[in-house]
Amino acid sequence: MSVVQALPEIQVPLLEMRGISKSFPGVKALDHVDVALHPGTVTALIGENGAGKSTLVKILTGIYQPDEGEIVVDGVPVHFANAEAAIRSGITAIHQETVLFDELSVAENIFLGHAPRNRLGFVNWAAMNARAAALLSSIDAPISPYARLKDLSIAHRHLVAIARALSVEARVVIMDEPTAALSYKEVEDLFRIIERLKKQGKAILFISHKFEEVYQIAERFVVFRDGRSIGSGLLAQTGQDEIVRMMVGRSVDHVFPKADVAIGATVLRVSGYSHPTEFDDLSFDLRRGEILGLYGLVGAGRSEFCQALFGITRPSAGSVELEGRPIAIRSPADAIAAGIVYVPEERGRHGAVLQMPIVQNISMATLDRTTRAGFLRQAEEFALARRYAERLDLRAAALSVPVGTLSGGNQQKVVIGKWLATKPKVIILDEPTKGIDIGSKAAVHAFMSELAGEGLSVIMVSSELPEILGMSDRVMVMREGRMAGLWERGGLDAETLVRAATGNI
Amino acid sequence: MSTLALEKQPVRRIPDKLSTPAGRVLGSWEALLAAVAIVIFIANSFASPHFLDPWNLSDATYNFTEKAMIAFAMTLLIISGEIDLSVAAIMALASTAMGAAAQAGFQTPALVGTGLGVGLLCGAFNGLLVARIGLPSIVVTIGTMSLFRGIAQIVLGDRAYGGYPSSFAWFGQGYMSDFSWWPTLPGFEVVTFEMVAFVILAVAFAILLHWTVFGRWIYAIGNNAFAAQFSGIPVRRTKFALFLMTGLMSGFAAVCLTSRLGSTRHTIAAGWELEVVTMAVLGGVSILGGSGTIPGVVLAAIVMGLVTFGLGLLNVPGIVMSIFIGLLLILVIALPIVVRRIRSRSAA
Repeated sequence: MSVVQALPEIQVPLLEMRGISKSFPGVKALDHVDVALHPGTVTALIGENGAGKSTLVKILTGIYQPDEGEIVVDGVPVHFANAEAAIRSGITAIHQETVLFDELSVAENIFLGHAPRNRLGFVNWAAMNARAAALLSSIDAPISPYARLKDLSIAHRHLVAIARALSVEARVVIMDEPTAALSYKEVEDLFRIIERLKKQGKAILFISHKFEEVYQIAERFVVFRDGRSIGSGLLAQTGQDEIVRMMVGRSVDHVFPKADVAIGATVLRVSGYSHPTEFDDLSFDLRRGEILGLYGLVGAGRSEFCQALFGITRPSAGSVELEGRPIAIRSPADAIAAGIVYVPEERGRHGAVLQMPIVQNISMATLDRTTRAGFLRQAEEFALARRYAERLDLRAAALSVPVGTLSGGNQQKVVIGKWLATKPKVIILDEPTKGIDIGSKAAVHAFMSELAGEGLSVIMVSSELPEILGMSDRVMVMREGRMAGLWERGGLDAETLVRAATGNI
Repeated sequence: MSTLALEKQPVRRIPDKLSTPAGRVLGSWEALLAAVAIVIFIANSFASPHFLDPWNLSDATYNFTEKAMIAFAMTLLIISGEIDLSVAAIMALASTAMGAAAQAGFQTPALVGTGLGVGLLCGAFNGLLVARIGLPSIVVTIGTMSLFRGIAQIVLGDRAYGGYPSSFAWFGQGYMSDFSWWPTLPGFEVVTFEMVAFVILAVAFAILLHWTVFGRWIYAIGNNAFAAQFSGIPVRRTKFALFLMTGLMSGFAAVCLTSRLGSTRHTIAAGWELEVVTMAVLGGVSILGGSGTIPGVVLAAIVMGLVTFGLGLLNVPGIVMSIFIGLLLILVIALPIVVRRIRSRSAA
């Protein structure tokens, strides 16, 4: 190891987890893992879904207690009996979905549970607002402490969540997929904040699925696989392929290839599609066997447009032609009947009924095919579900288990299966691989190629550039509800798309 | 090309179900209710020598038949994630309308039509406010609960409507043996019209909920209305239909109760909404929506009827019974939550 690269090694870790194990009935979630966090350093925690990352975060924040192993802060072993004990030791976390309170002010959200008090024990509002303002300015957040949370944008709410995490004199900051809901520009803002925290000497544990981000912001890494720490070290010395190999225990080409398929005649023609507030004057053609990538920042109106095309919301102007005939879509039922289906971004909220069995989810949009005169026919329903479950290589104990018991990738397969059962002509996939692990991701991509090869037309909304670039035959970029450009696959690069999406042309 | 995607494994066979049918039935809430019903039945027969008299048992069914008719429709409504607390007030309004029609000289078919019609109209009003305008059903139906009974009270004041035609009495007091085609087997002579209506409605609602597409929609909507909408299910129309159904059943229950009592006061069926909801929840219907069965509610109706009848035989005053109903409701709602908490604690 060269002298320069060894430099961070000289530092004493601020926090060390040694030989941590944690079991749940039937699962060994963590098996003697070691993680060290250094001051002023971002350590990326990398692993597939189910590798034990969330369990580790819960142990670090005092929500779970480890079965074995020790946590050492500043060389002193500590024990976190509960979440408060972890906070007192200066460990704070920003979760994937932070719980904030819409009706409270920004300052109240930041200091909820540990508001400054006056002598009588009442909340010291002046001190609280002043400290909130100071915290917000320390992370360059242009937000008033008096603003109601519900009036803020998603990105600003995220900044409030970060301010809240820092309000407890944190020395160790855990960020659990902090960029999952953020657009490209917001991620840049977040990274600036992280740089600032680094300069303040904080140790940061950064959990993310996205390699570009990890390489951009982190110095060190730890890879988890099946509850074990497989490898750790400096990112500068470690290639992406090596990390992927550690993650999956085998080599995976994670750049998403679309197989070449013959592009046929125009299937869908959208003309002048407009909505009073969300999108304006969108026109394009979609051909048989084609994957059209729809790129843009969060809030560019991509999902809103797709939902209008699927009949959830009504457009104010514009027309849709399917195979040459004009169609009117007033409800999802109309869209399904016409052959247009939509796999929504929020799987658990809009995609699947998590409490209901796999079989009933798959048959949900095709009940007319598994019934006679309105009466359900169980055998046919199971046969239909089995057909699509096997085709999608679904991993489940039985077709009658609730979808909520499956992993994210398998839940997505159920939702896709539901739509394939309707034999659609056009399938709209809204962030199809969001929050699913890299193995399932590759499977979803391969499957999309296969569908296109069978003559299905695909619209794929994605915020991940590699996915857009790898999978799309053409890419349409949206910015603030308008079309910012449409490109063919050849000669397309990331920079062009980002410029179009952000308006820096 | 992704190596992972190319690793085509042999297609793995996923079983349909994990447990056997017998195992599912034995571990169910319905099995527990059936056991409870049997225990109460045996306890009652020891508690009073009059309990096992067929005519007494026949009379005892009135404790639950009318409420159960509404509870079946309420079950569907609660599974869909909504509730109707105005059912007893709908009964009062329907009964008042029937009383007024009887005073005006209308005959039995018209009276029944009035009762059912008022029920449907009230259900449509609730359904419009909830499904069309999108108001929360608990607020809407607390409002219409006061509204419907308030109208009845304005019309009736302290008076009572009586003077129903004698043929009208059959719905609440008639026996099936009045028909010549009814078999004259031992035991069959005590079967009332309401018992038969209860059984027919139980079967009809069970088929609707458990074997039709409409029933599947109800479960999907109650578990995740968004995902249901995104799957092309007509969420609002389904909810509207359920409010109509609940109104209609309230109207039918009003016909039976008015016929049985032979008179209408504005306090008729006071507090029944609570007992109807209790019946559904005791039957295993989740108050949060999404789960529950008609067989469970049938058993819950019988359990509640047996308990009320038993306490009546022991001369327990009515106020104690309503305390008992209240405790039962809390217990039944709390029980699954407590059990889940204990399970998750032992798991963690």
